[in-house]
Amino acid sequence: MPSIVKPVATHPSLQRNDLGLTIRDYEGTMSTLCAGCGHDSITAAITRAFWEVATPPHMLAKLSGIGCSSKTPAYFVNGAHGLNSAHGRMPPIATGANAANRELVYIGISGDGDSLSIGLGHMCHAIRRNVRMVYVIENNGVYGLTKGQFSASADVGSKSKRGDPNRMAPIDSVLLGLSIGATFIARSFSGDKEQLVPILKAAISHRGFALIDVISPCVTFNDHEGSTKSYLYTRQHDLKATETDFVPPASEILAQIGQNGAVNVSMHDGSMVRFKGVPPNYDPTNRGNVMDYLEEHQGKGEVVTGLLYLDESVPDMHEMNKTTGIALTKVPYQKLCPGAAALHRLQEDFR
Amino acid sequence: MRNRINDFALKLANVNGTGSASANGLLMQAIFRMGIPVSGKNLFPSNIQGLPTWYEIRVNKNGYTARSLDYDLMVAMNSQTYARDIQEVREGGYLLYDSSWPLDPALLRADVHFLGVPFAQLCNDNFRDPRERILMKNIAYAGTLVAALQVDMEIVAALLEEKFAGKKKLSESNTRALRLGYDYARDHFDCPLPFYLEKMDANSDKILIDGNTAIALGCVYAGATVAAWYPITPSTSAMDAFKVFCEKYRKDPETGQNNYIIIQAEDELAAIGMVIGAAWNGARAFTSTAGPGISLMNELLGLAYYAEVPAVIIDVERVGPSTGMPTRTQQGDLLECAYASHGDTKHILLFPSSPAECFEFAPVAFDLAERFQTPVFLMSDLDIGMNDWVVPRLKWDDAYQPDRGRVLSLEEIENLPKFQRYTGEDENQVAPRTLPGVHPKASYFTRGSGHNRFGGYTEIPDEYQEVMDRLLKKHKAAAGFVPAPIVHRRPEATFGVLTLGGCDPAVREALDLLAELGAVGDFMRVRGFPFADSVESFLAEHEICFVIEQNRDAQLRSLLTLETNVPKDKLRSILVYGGFPLSARHVVNGVLEEFGLERKPVFVAASRPTGEVPMEE
Repeated sequence: MPSIVKPVATHPSLQRNDLGLTIRDYEGTMSTLCAGCGHDSITAAITRAFWEVATPPHMLAKLSGIGCSSKTPAYFVNGAHGLNSAHGRMPPIATGANAANRELVYIGISGDGDSLSIGLGHMCHAIRRNVRMVYVIENNGVYGLTKGQFSASADVGSKSKRGDPNRMAPIDSVLLGLSIGATFIARSFSGDKEQLVPILKAAISHRGFALIDVISPCVTFNDHEGSTKSYLYTRQHDLKATETDFVPPASEILAQIGQNGAVNVSMHDGSMVRFKGVPPNYDPTNRGNVMDYLEEHQGKGEVVTGLLYLDESVPDMHEMNKTTGIALTKVPYQKLCPGAAALHRLQEDFR
Repeated sequence: MRNRINDFALKLANVNGTGSASANGLLMQAIFRMGIPVSGKNLFPSNIQGLPTWYEIRVNKNGYTARSLDYDLMVAMNSQTYARDIQEVREGGYLLYDSSWPLDPALLRADVHFLGVPFAQLCNDNFRDPRERILMKNIAYAGTLVAALQVDMEIVAALLEEKFAGKKKLSESNTRALRLGYDYARDHFDCPLPFYLEKMDANSDKILIDGNTAIALGCVYAGATVAAWYPITPSTSAMDAFKVFCEKYRKDPETGQNNYIIIQAEDELAAIGMVIGAAWNGARAFTSTAGPGISLMNELLGLAYYAEVPAVIIDVERVGPSTGMPTRTQQGDLLECAYASHGDTKHILLFPSSPAECFEFAPVAFDLAERFQTPVFLMSDLDIGMNDWVVPRLKWDDAYQPDRGRVLSLEEIENLPKFQRYTGEDENQVAPRTLPGVHPKASYFTRGSGHNRFGGYTEIPDEYQEVMDRLLKKHKAAAGFVPAPIVHRRPEATFGVLTLGGCDPAVREALDLLAELGAVGDFMRVRGFPFADSVESFLAEHEICFVIEQNRDAQLRSLLTLETNVPKDKLRSILVYGGFPLSARHVVNGVLEEFGLERKPVFVAASRPTGEVPMEE
């Protein structure tokens, strides 16, 4: 992926976060995606979210597969290591990275081709393991880099640029995630930063795997009339099921003064996610309830957005494994090698 | 008849899933404890219950324990294979069978002694539970063999006691069954047979271990913390053993927390991905698999090679192609591993020959992977991995420190004006890397797409080639770091023999036998790829070199012709690839045939060097 270095110029009046860093410190190289690409808006939201929660840049690891979406980790947080891997294989690589060092924050950027076709199995199993990471699917319903083939998320009846309708049922990552035990499921729209940034911040604090499917129109191949992943269609059919506030740990006491109808969920790291404006009878902590709501509204062609489901009670991969609390890479070798005397004793069993 | 002591082979024909493995293992272990050189080869089916399975035990006081093809005694406990089994007994040999039912006269052989013991009848009379009646038949025939071969009864009793410690009922029934077979033999046959066992002291500094256990132990000692795998025969027991050792050695005594993580992946694509992710983050990570798994891993192996991420892949080879024969042995993955993945790639391979080298090479694999920032294949096979071998006690040097390769510390990063990933290479063409989580200045974008020496994306030919050319030089530099070949020269040698891995004992034995027949050859066993310079000079020294390996396509020979300047026609292949371990006879016959000498269909293999006389009536 070609990258263009951005000039570093920081205006003195730029706001600083808890680490004293400005938003410029969370930017990456210049995007080489098409002008108007939804992915660039998501990049901006990600940049903002990490700046706001003040993640030290080097404590973030950015991973991706292959595709337009997978180029984007180069476009945010320059100070973080990035790994642009192979098509569909980001989830296992992120799983291994997390296995080695649980102290970092992980974000994986994927697309609908990457996650719902070639890497579908990997994504499902990363969900099952509840690998602690933010997992963003930049969902445009189309293969961009190979010029316009339908992806597995294309809706029935959605038309390609040439006018051919898709006839196969879509794989919906949100419904799929619900069915296989995902613990954090959100859908958003690249054009709605106000909604996306708090979702990303909540995802960073989540105990396990945070799945965020972001409808991200492809201006070149899938933004025409008849497409169900266009800017126009998404704006017209967007149904915000929930609005969320992310309340960092320090503000917790304030947040507990609940509002009417609000659902507060305490996050594993002491922060809180407050759901507000939730429809009557919608419980974002009840899987069946969320499933029913989605079936009803998606059946009407609506694009249901928001942080849709959250369960903080499920242990992540390391908790299930009872891994030591520090990064495995920090365990000194002396603690890992049993030594010559132990080998001598052990070999009495091999006689 | 002259007696033969500590020099014979027996084969046990069983039905799998009936409990024969523990009886056969008991015999093998008892012989080992008697201090006698011994080997056991389990020739088993890809099945859980009901198919034929064989176990071969070879005893040899001179230490020749490669697979023998000359069976002095056949224990014929499987009626499905009886007709074939009887044909394999050597002339003048013995066949032990269950005489609860009459033997089909058509299957008798005049030149073989038949020993009938009514095992089923004895067990039916003495045990009530149907399952127990089947299981105890095995221990009963073991009892007969204890009498017939003069296995030390005290040692057998001690083994049973250890095995069934705290399980009184089981211990009692096993001891009773053992006694049934033992007493029957003593009452009905001349015990011992003309070939039998006598205590020696050859094993006081030896252990009995399979390669998968040894390799797992090696990974623990090497400091591996992340293991990712997908279950596959014949490598599964390696990860099972790693888990057992980690539970023993890697649980923090104070917190009870684990200083390791084992992830059972969704497939091998994921398993290697996890290894790469963990190694990218600085952990010692590995996977264990077999040929079909390597096929799936090809894609990401290219990423690890090109992006220069360490990875250790244990390949316990089995018979291919496709599903092939999962429970049979082969060395068929050499080319697949040497050049795994699309585009120009070359990988480091290590070839252990025994469980002892499996243990020894595991830390070497991790050291090389991190030193050269690249995948390293530790290539075992089913014979090494799943059979119990008698090997010298494993040794560990507490002074060992892992070679973590060129990884910049926080201090080094702080003193660096700018970090550029693929610059600053050392004499081995390795550039320093940085790990996530250390310093924002050290960050870079690891990519499998075209990149220049600074780590930036490129589509410019010169920039791309510069990196690819360095990778080639880096691979070549590794030749000086892989374990050196083992060489054994003879003064009168007229040819060379080059082999690898588990062929070692059969080839060494064959060279001893050939020398007696006047065909004297030098021996070289390669232990790593890229090949050390000494491989090229060994080939140059000899007019003819036999390359002995266990695959159809002469893959080691191909690798030698591709990677050295040896003329192709100088290399003569001896190939055994049917799925059973190599025997010296294969090698002897291959060499004799090449020289136009008469093949020896059967020979009294390893007894010769000490002047043992063949059995006679």
